[in-house]
Amino acid sequence: MDQPEKNPTIDKVNRGLKRRYRAERRFRILGATAILTALCFLFLLFFSIVSSGYKAFEKTFIQIEVFFDPAEFTNENLAAANFPGLIKASMNSMFPEVTSRKDKKDLYYLISPGASFQLMKQVKNNPALIGQKELIWVAANDDVDMLLKGNIDRTRPESERRISDKQLGWLDTLAHDGKIKKTFNTAFFTSGDSREPELAGIWGATCGSFYTLLITLSLSFPIGVAAAVYLEEFAPKNRWTDIIEVNINNLAAVPSIVYGLLGLAVFINFFGMPRSTPLVGGLVLTLMTLPIIIIASRASLKSVPPSIREAALGIGASKMQMVAHHVLPLALPGMLTGTIIGMAHALGETAPLLMVGMVAFIVDIPHGFTDPATVLPVQIYLWADSPERAFVAKTSAAIMVLLAFLFLMNAAAVLLRKRFEIKW
Amino acid sequence: MRTPYLLITIAVLACGSYFLGRSRAFAVAKGCGGVKGLHSLPGHYGMWTALWCAVPALLVFAIWNAAESPIITALVVAGLPAEISSLPPSKLGLIMNDIRNIISGNITSGDPSPAIIKAAEHYRALQMISVDAMSAVILSIMVAAGLTIRTRISPTLKARNKVEKLVQLLLFLSSAIAILITVGIVLSVLFESIRFFKVIPLSDFLFGLSWSPQTAIRSDQVGSSGAFGAVPVFAGTAMIALIAMLVAVPIGLMSAIYLSEYAGSRFRTIAKPLLEILAGIPTVVYGFFAALTVAPFIRDTGGLFGLSVSSESALAAGLVMGIMIIPFVSSLSDDVIHAVPQTMRDGSLALGATKYETISHVIVPAALPGIVGGILLAVSRAIGETMIVVMAAGLSANLTANPLKAVTTVTVQIVTLLVGDQEFDSPKTLAAFALGLLLFVFTLVLNIIALYVVRKYREQYE
Repeated sequence: MDQPEKNPTIDKVNRGLKRRYRAERRFRILGATAILTALCFLFLLFFSIVSSGYKAFEKTFIQIEVFFDPAEFTNENLAAANFPGLIKASMNSMFPEVTSRKDKKDLYYLISPGASFQLMKQVKNNPALIGQKELIWVAANDDVDMLLKGNIDRTRPESERRISDKQLGWLDTLAHDGKIKKTFNTAFFTSGDSREPELAGIWGATCGSFYTLLITLSLSFPIGVAAAVYLEEFAPKNRWTDIIEVNINNLAAVPSIVYGLLGLAVFINFFGMPRSTPLVGGLVLTLMTLPIIIIASRASLKSVPPSIREAALGIGASKMQMVAHHVLPLALPGMLTGTIIGMAHALGETAPLLMVGMVAFIVDIPHGFTDPATVLPVQIYLWADSPERAFVAKTSAAIMVLLAFLFLMNAAAVLLRKRFEIKW
Repeated sequence: MRTPYLLITIAVLACGSYFLGRSRAFAVAKGCGGVKGLHSLPGHYGMWTALWCAVPALLVFAIWNAAESPIITALVVAGLPAEISSLPPSKLGLIMNDIRNIISGNITSGDPSPAIIKAAEHYRALQMISVDAMSAVILSIMVAAGLTIRTRISPTLKARNKVEKLVQLLLFLSSAIAILITVGIVLSVLFESIRFFKVIPLSDFLFGLSWSPQTAIRSDQVGSSGAFGAVPVFAGTAMIALIAMLVAVPIGLMSAIYLSEYAGSRFRTIAKPLLEILAGIPTVVYGFFAALTVAPFIRDTGGLFGLSVSSESALAAGLVMGIMIIPFVSSLSDDVIHAVPQTMRDGSLALGATKYETISHVIVPAALPGIVGGILLAVSRAIGETMIVVMAAGLSANLTANPLKAVTTVTVQIVTLLVGDQEFDSPKTLAAFALGLLLFVFTLVLNIIALYVVRKYREQYE
């Protein structure tokens, strides 16, 4: 071949090169686009949650001057006094020009129904208030809150918004007098659920989540580790262990709602355990997280090199001593990492808990494993279903808190892995 | 003694008996030339004593608690006046509820009669006696066991072997719980389903075209006759899962290919954890996102083109579910693509193929079984996913192929049928268990196939 440039194969290849490189580039761009799309979704998700939720961390208060009329406190029981009446009276004295019955009702509407409980608490803590005049900041109604945060459009016709023109006027007067303020919403973190958005908080759900996870952790960690140790270190290789293994892998992929059905049929109907309690919720979540923990623990045990086992056996340790003194301590960080990830999973789980009745409307803060309770994700679900506009912001805020918890747990898992990971 | 204190006492006594046994072992060892003369370490003797103390005590505790309530109830019923205790069981149950409510200080239905208040006091007294008796029995068992075992300790006692055998038994029982869970799932959905299929024939359920589970409570009520044809529910589930897979498979697969074949290590260390975040977000958050942002967006966009889009469209739910499944598909595909041996890549590149040609002609075909297995697992996830569809998909069981309309899914129906008050003899409630059974069986089959395929594929390259 003295004229290699005339080689027909090379020509053919060269002719196709441009097209092939184009295809290559196209494919590469496609791949990058796929990742960017996924990340875009992630960003959009966070953006929509944060933008609709950050306002819920602020709360609007209105200052009123309350006269604790001694005539109202004749009864021995201070709680029997007419606290709503006190608030109405103070509103009347602030706006003496409001006379008609309907207008008065609209005026009282500006103050949250929770304000009378606030007064009651203050009087209980300090009975010396009776007979005095006090300036007090009380929570505003959720519609007022929404208006001041810009979620209700003032320019729309009166019939289309929940705050009337008159109420707007009163609020403007109050704002002008410096009697409206927005502060950090501590009630959101310290109170239980409520029908009134301005009073609702996540503390009750947080406590419920805490008790539920406590049960889950204290059951699933020991059982999971024990099962993993048995399967990895002691189990004879026979049909039974095979069945258990396949079983565990399948259980990890069973839809979570099926665990809810199990909890309903077995724990509640068969064993008669109390509904809506962290006890039952924790048991259901235990069954759900157990496979996750077993699988992670087995992987962790597998990564301990056999030389450790042989060395321990070689100096005369029994099998149990070899596992308890050498293998288990080395595998423990990995097991803990898996457990934290399983717990994070359990913290975010909703569906099975709906089945065992943790979806009830519960105002009280739970104080034990058998008190009716709800958990954070279920609280989010309940609020997301509420019609009030203000609950949208609350839901997003609760989601932010939940995500913060999850972030902390996962960060702890990563830290643990980084700190104790041993490369053999 | 209240239960928590009792449990703490058991734990403290068990710890105490450990030291008791250990010190006894040391004492015995003095007679036979020091610790060396013992069969096991002194700690093993301690452990043996502690186990003998704790295990019987805990067994008694469990059995007592399980048997306590029925026995007390029977005693209280026997103590009730004749005109009450001769009532039919359902009425009697209500009265017992009232009695329990009085004890726990809850509100009772109506004013309790003196007889019931007396019964409540009786109940409370029996409860006190029972708890005291249980505490006494358990504590005496523990003390007796501790002392007996203590006298049995001798240099020839094979404490270590015995302890280890028991611990191994406990380990085995822990792993057997996995089987127990499966059996529990199967039995709990199976029993109720069988009761359901006694009312509604299986063929009507599987092939019926109309689903409206609201049954009439009174016989003269209009409408709500209750129809349990599950085809519209299955169709809705399939449609939403299909939309989800149409979103998740291309994006997830392409991401995995890009990350493992093209991306530099810096980009990968940033992008991969970010993708995994998507997998860690609770599904209730996705549901809220779908209902708050995606569904209105799709409805408004559809409105611009003159399409009437339901605000609970299958498209919104499916789209968001797809986003949720992206990291699932991508990490599974990433694993299988990594498992393709490097030599295959090198061989293809050495023949002059471009990277794209290598991927499409060599790597993807080689990894295909694994990818298919991963996709099957993702489908089973999509079918079993609950919160997104509960919050974003509708309740009405439409048999439609239009993704802009509202459809319902198996999981949505289970949730709506079972949340709230239930009566366990109506087909409406039992239908949820029948759906649950189908869901379980279907996902189980998918999982088994997928796990089998993935495992076979792994063996191929190991």
